[in-house]
Amino acid sequence: MFRLVRNLLVPVWLAGAAGAAEISFDRDVRPILAEHCYACHGPDAASRAAELRLDVREGAVADRSGVRAIVPGNVGASEAVTRIRSTDPDVIMPPPETNKRLTDAQKAVLEQWIASGAEYEGHWAYRPLVRPDLPVGAAAENPVDVFVDATLAARGVAPAPEADRVTLARRLAFDLTGLPLPPDEIDAFVKDTRPDAYELLAARLLASPHHAERLAAWWLDLVRYADSVGYHGDQEVTMWPYRDWVLEAFAANMPFDQFTREQLAGDLLPNATRQQRVAAAYNRLNMMSAEGGGQDKEYHAKYASDRVRATSGAWLGSTLGCAECHDHKYDPFTTRDFYAFASFFADVAERGIYHGATWGETMRLPTPEQEAEQRRLEVALAAIVAPPEDASEEEKKQVAVAREAAKKALDAAIAKQVAMPATVSKPPRTVRILPRGNWMDDSGEVVLPAAPGFLPAAPGGAGEARRTRVDLAAWMTAPENPLVPRVLANRLWAIGFGEGLSRRLDDHGSQGEPPSHPELLDWLACELRDEGWDIRRVLRTIVTSRAYRRTSTPGEGHREADPENRLLARQNRHRLDAENVRDVALAASGLLERTVGGPSVKPYQPPGYWDYLNFPKRTYKADTGTALYRRGLYVHWQRQYLHPAMMVFDAPSREECTARRSRSNTPLQALVLLNDPQFVEAARALAAATLGAAGTDPLARARVMLRQAIGREPLDAEVGVVADVAERQRETFAGDPAAAKGLLGVGAAPVPAGLDPADLAAWTAAARVVLNLGEAYTRN
Amino acid sequence: MQPTPHATMAASLARRAFLSRAAGGIGGLAAGSLLAADAVAAGLTDASAAAGGWPGIVRPFHVPPKAKRVIWLYMAGGMTHLDTFDHKPKLAAMNGQPMPESFTKGQQIAQLQGQALKCFAPQHPFAKVGQSGQEISTIFPEISARIADRIAIVKSLHTEAINHDPAHTFMNTGSMISGRPAAGSWLWYGLGSDAEDLPGFVVMVSTGRYGQSQPIAARQWHSGLLPSRFQGVEFRSKGDPVLYVKSPPGITAAGQRDVVDAVSRLDSLRGEMVDDPEVAARLAQYELAFRMQASVPDLVDLADEPESTFELYGTKGGDGSFAANCLLARRLAERGVRFIQLYHRDWDHHGSVKDHVKGTAAEVDRGAAALVEDLARRGMLDDTLVVFGTEFGRTPMAQGNGRDHHMKAFSIWLAGGGIRPGITYGATDELGYDVAENPVTVHDLHATLLHLLGIDHTKLTIRAQGRDFRLTDVHGHVVKGLIT
Repeated sequence: MFRLVRNLLVPVWLAGAAGAAEISFDRDVRPILAEHCYACHGPDAASRAAELRLDVREGAVADRSGVRAIVPGNVGASEAVTRIRSTDPDVIMPPPETNKRLTDAQKAVLEQWIASGAEYEGHWAYRPLVRPDLPVGAAAENPVDVFVDATLAARGVAPAPEADRVTLARRLAFDLTGLPLPPDEIDAFVKDTRPDAYELLAARLLASPHHAERLAAWWLDLVRYADSVGYHGDQEVTMWPYRDWVLEAFAANMPFDQFTREQLAGDLLPNATRQQRVAAAYNRLNMMSAEGGGQDKEYHAKYASDRVRATSGAWLGSTLGCAECHDHKYDPFTTRDFYAFASFFADVAERGIYHGATWGETMRLPTPEQEAEQRRLEVALAAIVAPPEDASEEEKKQVAVAREAAKKALDAAIAKQVAMPATVSKPPRTVRILPRGNWMDDSGEVVLPAAPGFLPAAPGGAGEARRTRVDLAAWMTAPENPLVPRVLANRLWAIGFGEGLSRRLDDHGSQGEPPSHPELLDWLACELRDEGWDIRRVLRTIVTSRAYRRTSTPGEGHREADPENRLLARQNRHRLDAENVRDVALAASGLLERTVGGPSVKPYQPPGYWDYLNFPKRTYKADTGTALYRRGLYVHWQRQYLHPAMMVFDAPSREECTARRSRSNTPLQALVLLNDPQFVEAARALAAATLGAAGTDPLARARVMLRQAIGREPLDAEVGVVADVAERQRETFAGDPAAAKGLLGVGAAPVPAGLDPADLAAWTAAARVVLNLGEAYTRN
Repeated sequence: MQPTPHATMAASLARRAFLSRAAGGIGGLAAGSLLAADAVAAGLTDASAAAGGWPGIVRPFHVPPKAKRVIWLYMAGGMTHLDTFDHKPKLAAMNGQPMPESFTKGQQIAQLQGQALKCFAPQHPFAKVGQSGQEISTIFPEISARIADRIAIVKSLHTEAINHDPAHTFMNTGSMISGRPAAGSWLWYGLGSDAEDLPGFVVMVSTGRYGQSQPIAARQWHSGLLPSRFQGVEFRSKGDPVLYVKSPPGITAAGQRDVVDAVSRLDSLRGEMVDDPEVAARLAQYELAFRMQASVPDLVDLADEPESTFELYGTKGGDGSFAANCLLARRLAERGVRFIQLYHRDWDHHGSVKDHVKGTAAEVDRGAAALVEDLARRGMLDDTLVVFGTEFGRTPMAQGNGRDHHMKAFSIWLAGGGIRPGITYGATDELGYDVAENPVTVHDLHATLLHLLGIDHTKLTIRAQGRDFRLTDVHGHVVKGLIT
């Protein structure tokens, strides 16, 4: 029996783990049905075959002229079993032309489920959210560990030990700030003998302004923040004040319900503040087009769909966008739901096709100084009183000239103020269900704003009142909404573990992945919902758990028992995100400019990279001075031509909502780390700093240099490899001063005086080794 | 370079780490980590495979392949079909007369919105050429004289987008929504690449002097939902041929090798310490990057080409012209690159179509003809599919003395692996407005392309956002009439 259970019944993610669970519909059965059956026997009525639906129990067990697809408790009488076991191509399910095959193990799971009564469960993400009970006596434990340890114990898997202190410090800093912890701070933590030293470090990092930057990078992917419009000419657009707002919100640990409300509907709030109106620019982050010949109506439809995809992706973790042309094939979203959701945004003033370099409604954002200046000029203008009737022509003319000058000065002062696209509410556009998504077809029914029908209803909408974006925001974080807190909890978990409890961060529907620890996910979601939507509190809970602190090095049998680490017996290991790859090199070299917020910056970029942009043609001009060394978060985000060093490390174009970046490993990444002037310059700066600090002993130099990049104390063998590179290359550069000069000339940062060029070039070569190490960019 | 004493111990440690994973150096490592991984079946994780060593997931072929690779000559901007490959005498006869409303009523229109619609005659004569008697505009003398009997002209393409940006995205990815993989990424993912030191999907862009130079977004060669390693790589005619492929100033090949070797040693050592199998994949990428630093300059260095090559293409290369890119395309094809795409951004002729289409045609005529002829001479045309296409056509109606965008019908031609030579497929109505016979959708074109490469378009999928995506979405039929 054990073998049978082990091979047939244990879901893929637990295959090989000791012990076995009972069949769970959510975890074991629904994924099989969704993958193999729902496309023809699921929620989409239009494509439903034989009028049979298997996604709801009534459909599956219904008597259809004496034949029942599923007879609970009776495998032999269930037509579905006959079909899946058949070898006749005309009978077998799924049909051969679908290219879908059930494995024997999957068939066994279905049979076991039918035999045990074929009970359906509501989908895990949509079920009412109820706080799971913690075992008695677990009060002193971090609840994360209560849940994780219970599963480990049930499977008989021993957890890995805690990671060493250096690894812990680096992990914490990368996860919470996206920056490496400097060696002196690592040392301080390692030496800190206070019992709560770790918690104190976590608290310090959570309070750091760089923590807000870390969370902002995550959020900006979801809301598809960019500095250009995306379509056609991909013209630049001023959106960074919105990014500043996100930074400030995370820095202040703004509750997520408020965070939601201000972005979706800040402009509609009573006495909306300037900051709330900036937040509402969320509604203007969609791609925009100024392509000649485009039709307004077509692009209104495109923008509406874009908002549905982005908003449902960012908040609901759902693929509502799939329901644009047909009812969703796997989840209970209807086409009506899609357009009703789109309808929430129908009041946002916008054009379909824009003209010139203007992007619809804008708001000006003067600095306090600019505001004062504007007020001063307004007063000055107002002070110019009309001349009396009997004034001479000369006097009248003088007054007119003065007024003209004052007006000009005022206009000029206003023109200097930052202007960004604004969300302005106008009488809403009519939103119809577009048959097959066809924007030219006006035959569809008009729909008003409403939440997806299978979820709790949104507030408002009573009588004549049309629901607004305020209602949408309230619905998102209403206590009855089970989906938003689960999605958020899952994504916060991924910040601490590199993967979600359900790893499909972009899809919490039936085609997503059931969570590895459903009770833990629900508990975290309840923490968010019931304790003030406090993101920092939940992150603190996660990172202070024992589960978080484990080493990522697999212990005896871990890899065999649980290759994908779904049980969390150990931590995960992954390459840092694109922005942080840049941050690491700049931080290690000492070049990093740590200013928080402000306009985007333009680092070095290969000439000609923007050659195929047009309307207008653009020549990229890199910034100068400290702007060259800002964090990756602030790199100018050109949707059509994202900076190549960012793109090769999997930064998304942000044309669409991105909930999960891929983590690829390509030769182009090696070329960037080896040859991009930004990284060569960082190597040179790291070398110069090392030569200044570490004396003349090559081993001491190599040691200092390595620690800057990898944090830990390097092994002698490692130190030797780096020192040897410097030694060998010194010979080369001593014999070729022009080569040394060439290498040292990369980048705008000044070369410190008094260093021997051959020596500096040789150690720059060594620093290039250090800044190419996988470990430097690995969160471990 | 001899290792110095400091390194001896590290080297031996690193070697041990190395050998403990797979015998036989980098190549063995990459293949080992690849084949061992069930990740291939599961849709792969990036680290499981080294670039260049990626064997593709279509194993065995779904259908017998007729071509191994694709060269796609992309006439960007919307090549008029009416002045190139689709001869419409009736349109000439009705020149200046109102376009019959029966054609245009209720149809989507781009820049001509709200204007009087008048017929606009073909601007250049057509001639029947070759033994096949293909009818081609006289603005393509080289294509007419050299390869008319080798190509299949399709006159019945139509698309769903009437503006450049979405039309390009649709033509390349099968969807107007950003984020789907380009056809070249699909092929690389599906079949791998035979090029060991080069990317499997290469893009080149040339810009002409006649039409508006409409933008081309990098999304046109993006891997979208597929892993980033399948992204098309642009080969540039200015600056570094591939971004960052050149070592920093003052660093020789030996100096770069020294750095890469040291990185490999230290990464291996670390991989051993923390038991990290990903390290093997990373080392393979560094090795490939280093090899690309030599192979890319080698590719663009035409010193080994005989004079006759330059005569054939009408260029010495290195000038950024379409013809120079055609020559590079042949060299890429020889090296086993799976998908090569050449954009020529000069076909957006809203005005002066008579002069401008002639000028733009002259920019591509010789290069395209030379490429097909060159491939044929080398015996490579049999297993190379050449596509000469565009994102949409242009209106039979005048826009001043130009033509507006048109999505209801346009022409392309195909040649090589598996394509019936010397034929015309499909037809438009008498004014060239709508498809009248054998319509071919963009999805059909994609399905046919995949079919010729040995792939059933319904079976090449990637799971993302809760469903299986494919190049042809839920559409597409193989156009049997085009296939030998």
